[in-house]
Amino acid sequence: MLALSSLRRDAVLRGVAIQVLFLGVLALLVYEAVATGLANMRAHHIPVDFSFWREPAGFDIDQHLIPYSPASTYGRAFLVGLLNTLLVAAIGIVPASLLGFALGAARLSRNFLVARLAAIYVEATRNVPLLLQLLFWYNAVLEALPSPQRSLALPGHVYLNDRGLFLPAPVFAPAAVWVLVAFGFGLFGGLACWFWAKRMDSWRSLAVLPVIAFPLATYFAIGQPLGFDVPVLKGFNFSGGAKLLPEFIALLFSLVLYTAAFIAEIVRAGIEGVPKGQGEAASALGLREAEARKYVIIPQAMRLIVPPLTSQYLNLFKNSSLAVFIGYPDLIQVFAGTVLNQTGAAVPVMATTMAVYLSVSLLTSLLMNLYNRRIAKVQH
Amino acid sequence: MFSAMLSKKLLFCVFFGLALAVSSGDADATTLDQVKQRGYLICGSNPGLPGFGLPDDNGNWTGFDVDFCRAVAATIFDDPSKVKFLPLTAKDRFTALQSGEVDVLAHNTTWTLSREAGQGLLFTGVNFYDGQGFMVRGKLNISSALELSGASICVQQGTTSELNIADFFHSHQMPYEPVAFATSDEAVKAYENGRCDAFATDSSALYVERAKLADPDAHVILPEIISKEPFSPAVRQGDDQWFNLVKWVNFVMLDAEEADISSANVDDKMKSEDPEARRILGVEGNFGEGLGLSKDWAYRIIKHVGNYAEVFERNLGEGSPLRIKRGLNALWTHGGIQYAPPIR
Repeated sequence: MLALSSLRRDAVLRGVAIQVLFLGVLALLVYEAVATGLANMRAHHIPVDFSFWREPAGFDIDQHLIPYSPASTYGRAFLVGLLNTLLVAAIGIVPASLLGFALGAARLSRNFLVARLAAIYVEATRNVPLLLQLLFWYNAVLEALPSPQRSLALPGHVYLNDRGLFLPAPVFAPAAVWVLVAFGFGLFGGLACWFWAKRMDSWRSLAVLPVIAFPLATYFAIGQPLGFDVPVLKGFNFSGGAKLLPEFIALLFSLVLYTAAFIAEIVRAGIEGVPKGQGEAASALGLREAEARKYVIIPQAMRLIVPPLTSQYLNLFKNSSLAVFIGYPDLIQVFAGTVLNQTGAAVPVMATTMAVYLSVSLLTSLLMNLYNRRIAKVQH
Repeated sequence: MFSAMLSKKLLFCVFFGLALAVSSGDADATTLDQVKQRGYLICGSNPGLPGFGLPDDNGNWTGFDVDFCRAVAATIFDDPSKVKFLPLTAKDRFTALQSGEVDVLAHNTTWTLSREAGQGLLFTGVNFYDGQGFMVRGKLNISSALELSGASICVQQGTTSELNIADFFHSHQMPYEPVAFATSDEAVKAYENGRCDAFATDSSALYVERAKLADPDAHVILPEIISKEPFSPAVRQGDDQWFNLVKWVNFVMLDAEEADISSANVDDKMKSEDPEARRILGVEGNFGEGLGLSKDWAYRIIKHVGNYAEVFERNLGEGSPLRIKRGLNALWTHGGIQYAPPIR
């Protein structure tokens, strides 16, 4: 009775009590819903656990960065799909950023033609659904490519046909490890050179010399231990060498071109977001235009660019799941596709897939936030 | 004020809890009751495989699997049109059945152990015996699947075909490149574009897909059949009555063919003295009741949809552009292996 009356009088206590009660009821309802769902699924013999994880998968995956065969487990298939997703996203982010920054700068160019062309590119790419672009690159471009027997032979034993891009693969003799050691020494030497040059305040670029010279000299000194496995046309297709799947190329192309358009807009907005007075002040201080850009405009623009840039990186990563429409073996295609179908474990498989996308996205956000904090500090 | 707020919240919680209780109670109703209450059957179908399941320009579905669902609808409602078809990709079909989105799956689906033992499905009985094959371009001059070493193979994801090619190429120690697509259309398109040397699927579907290509004569189907593909409709586990019903729809269509009862003569057969025909058509005995149906359950199927032979010929056989031979799918009395338990 005493407690009740104090609840009536004390607004803070009352608020806390209501919230605790509400949270408790909510937790109970969620628990009930999950328990009912699990019980129903068990009753219908639908798998709800991960016992399939160690069972043999039985199907093949064309592109696998780690050893994989149909005798491998479903868990292994999951890893293969995950690595394929990460591969296309990690490789895609670099050219998307470079192209995006170039386009963003081009839109602000005083050259009319450059600015217009960049604007047309951005508007055209940004406003067409990514899936259409993906299907365009995959179907239209694939159809135009020749068969393996009539491959386009590019210089350096590189071949392009409707089965993909075939490149010579480097083959390292055991002695090649010394080249790597020499590279390590070169890096060390280069770093030393750089600090020395910094103190002297000149010839800083000379520091790259040891980085290149050391391994190169070693490479020739121990008799060129590096060979190339050149792709050769054999039967239906090229064998040997390294192969980039047409699905991979199409997915990479469309992701890069699409994301670059958004990055370009972010870069343009970032640069234009720096107050005009900053540029004027820089030139009043006698900085040349290039110097003003480098020391005044870009550092301030980066602070505006990085947070939305992070979401573009996340978008690129998440959009890579469109791979499923062209048969690129990414996480969704392999794991949430074939593995789900074969095991019937819809809930564990979908939950895992969502958890993967969530954690990779959060990790990317974290890294970008750390970077953002660093460049933000530079300002003060 | 405070108590009013609290009671509002409590009310909300009570309603939410009630909704939960009601929804879990609903799951106990049998599939047959749900279908009857809803007024139509929901059937998971192939999104577009001529001969098996395909909607025309007006949204009318036709095909061998489609007719099976019509037979189920006919026996429940005495009206073969009381069925809604839900097109499903091979990849999604089992999840749709598990989750109750469809009542029955008739999707040229291969009956396998793992699908029954691990996925909560029950196959009701083989209605089509098939096997997997390969289609290649004629200009490759290949006459056997054993010459496919090093080839790229386009295949549909989530099918037994995907597993069979892995078995086939590994057991023959031949390298190959599998390219798996979510839908059959995408796989065929990639094959046509030159992405693959061969397209692999069930041989019935190979003939269908070849007929859809721009120049069918430029493609050959290799003679090897590398797997057993017994197609069967499927239902969820845990509802024996529904399983029985769907199973016997298939059986009775075979038994009707064997007893020479067709949609053309079914009314005459009602007056026949043949004890088997009288049992099938419900003139004698009341077998339909045991299935949760009416006495004339089989009459409805045969009258509206036809017996097995009629359905086969109309969709796949001589009456169709596919002209697939009965082969293994002939009755056991005619050299095939289609054999249904007796109705008695």
